[in-house]
Amino acid sequence: MAENVSGVEIQLENVTKRYPGTREPAVKDFTMTIPAGKIVILVGPSGCGKTTTMRMINRLIEPSSGRITIGGEDALKLNGDALRRKVGYAIQQAGLFPHFTVAQNIAVVPGLLDWDKKQISERVDEMMDLVGLDPAVYRDRYPRQLSGGQQQRVGVARALAADPPVLLMDEPFGAVDPITRGNLQDELLRLQLELRKTIVFVTHDFDEAVKLGDKIAVLGDQSTIQQYDTPEAILANPANDMVAGFVGAGASLKQLTLLRVRDVDYHDDALTVVAPDSSPSDLRRQMTEKGKTYALVLDARKRPQRWVHVRDLSTASTLASVGRPVGDMVSTQSTLQDALEAILSEGGNAVVTGSRGEYVGTIDITTVTDTIQQLREEHDAGSAAS
Amino acid sequence: MNLLDYVADRWDRLSLQAWLHVSEVVQSTLIAAVIGVLIGVAVYRSPIGSAVATALASTILTIPSFALLGLLIPVFGLGALPTVIALVLYALLPITRNTIVGLAGVDPAVTDAAKGIGMSRTAVLTRVELRLAWPAILAGMRVSTQMLMGIAVIAAYAKGPGLGSEVFSGLTRAGSANATNQALAGTLGVVILALLLEGVYFLIARFTISRGIRG
Repeated sequence: MAENVSGVEIQLENVTKRYPGTREPAVKDFTMTIPAGKIVILVGPSGCGKTTTMRMINRLIEPSSGRITIGGEDALKLNGDALRRKVGYAIQQAGLFPHFTVAQNIAVVPGLLDWDKKQISERVDEMMDLVGLDPAVYRDRYPRQLSGGQQQRVGVARALAADPPVLLMDEPFGAVDPITRGNLQDELLRLQLELRKTIVFVTHDFDEAVKLGDKIAVLGDQSTIQQYDTPEAILANPANDMVAGFVGAGASLKQLTLLRVRDVDYHDDALTVVAPDSSPSDLRRQMTEKGKTYALVLDARKRPQRWVHVRDLSTASTLASVGRPVGDMVSTQSTLQDALEAILSEGGNAVVTGSRGEYVGTIDITTVTDTIQQLREEHDAGSAAS
Repeated sequence: MNLLDYVADRWDRLSLQAWLHVSEVVQSTLIAAVIGVLIGVAVYRSPIGSAVATALASTILTIPSFALLGLLIPVFGLGALPTVIALVLYALLPITRNTIVGLAGVDPAVTDAAKGIGMSRTAVLTRVELRLAWPAILAGMRVSTQMLMGIAVIAAYAKGPGLGSEVFSGLTRAGSANATNQALAGTLGVVILALLLEGVYFLIARFTISRGIRG
């Protein structure tokens, strides 16, 4: 994994921004290390200075004091324009140049860096493919001919065009509808798997932070860091009331979105029977032997079909139609939130399937509650030790 | 002699006057465009500067053209120079005001993105802001040109070139042979030239305004 990382570490040391004529600094003594190749989310209420903090990294705002290094290089010693060409920048509503075509928009930074024409043209197509826009269709369109979501994709493509190690994103998905936002978030995660940039992402939406962040920094007034940790740790153990307030109600439910079924100890001791190979009387004997009241009937490819109660079997002639069909199932890839949903709608156990839809086990409500409990204890112990 | 015969008979002189008329108007507009855009660029980011520049340009426009020429003649003498100076001064208001409005109307997110991805201050201005303000600037130039076509007629009093001399000579000779034809030829000439320039502006807009921002 490490060799794929194209991002570099960013360090901010005692960075302060003081505007003339104000008593209190907008950002006060901000110190943070942003690890290479990770997505770090700056989240906090409006006016807390999170955007100011981010904009000091590419010096759209000059820090009043402090030190910023990007990949070990002192950012404050570089020419500001040259620095910004090496740091990708994507903002809310994309900020595309309306008088440029999609291709011209994406080509701006490579152009500023004097790449040759052929190289730029190839890069434009590559970036458009990367963000899921067909170059043949969209290359020569103007921004106003695109939907909000498509504009945002072009914005990301433009930010990444010169392959910068660092990407700054200022509420990039704030102005699109919730469904498009979800898609764009998924796509950013997919891109990040491939690219492994260092991404600093500003948002006021904590759910977005939980979904995207490798680490989250919850900021208070003057950009003071209230807590800087993984989403799991912040959800399990908010450092103070301000963070708890920001996490909001339903922290445990949000935690469930971070865990996958494969990460927890689901049961695999349900009595199963493959329908074509067995008869109701066989199954009944097995159930009595093992003291089970329920069994799961699978098809020839081991895919779950029906739940059968022992008393259903006395009158049944074939396993193909006995009992009740299995409703909601979850895969090992599903989140625990999906699992909980399935458990509630199934009224007890939810069936867990593998990658080809085959039976691998069942999960019930105690598995979910135990997992939450365990996480909480872990993070409590972790914070007590530190 | 009817008007058509008159025009055919004096075609050499009239066409030269027409050419001079258009030429001084276009040149004055271009000079005013350069000055107006420079002023606009200098002041658009300051609300006070914008207000002052617009107010000054408006003040110039309130001076009657006759009076302005009268003021310029003692300083610059007769001929083309005072005419061009007067025309440039009148053309400044629409161009300066439209430049300011156009530049101030550029979406701040766009300029922020331009700076954020590493464009220099000059590149942001020339590649983004002025390109986006261009339709407004061009509209200002168009208004100025149309206005100057009329004002340039008055400039004949300062012995400036153009169709104005036809109009005034026709009017002062009222009653004598061909006086009406002469004044009419001058006036209609101005109208026709104004329409032609309008067409030219349409073409310029067509070829210089990006399809992405064309209304």
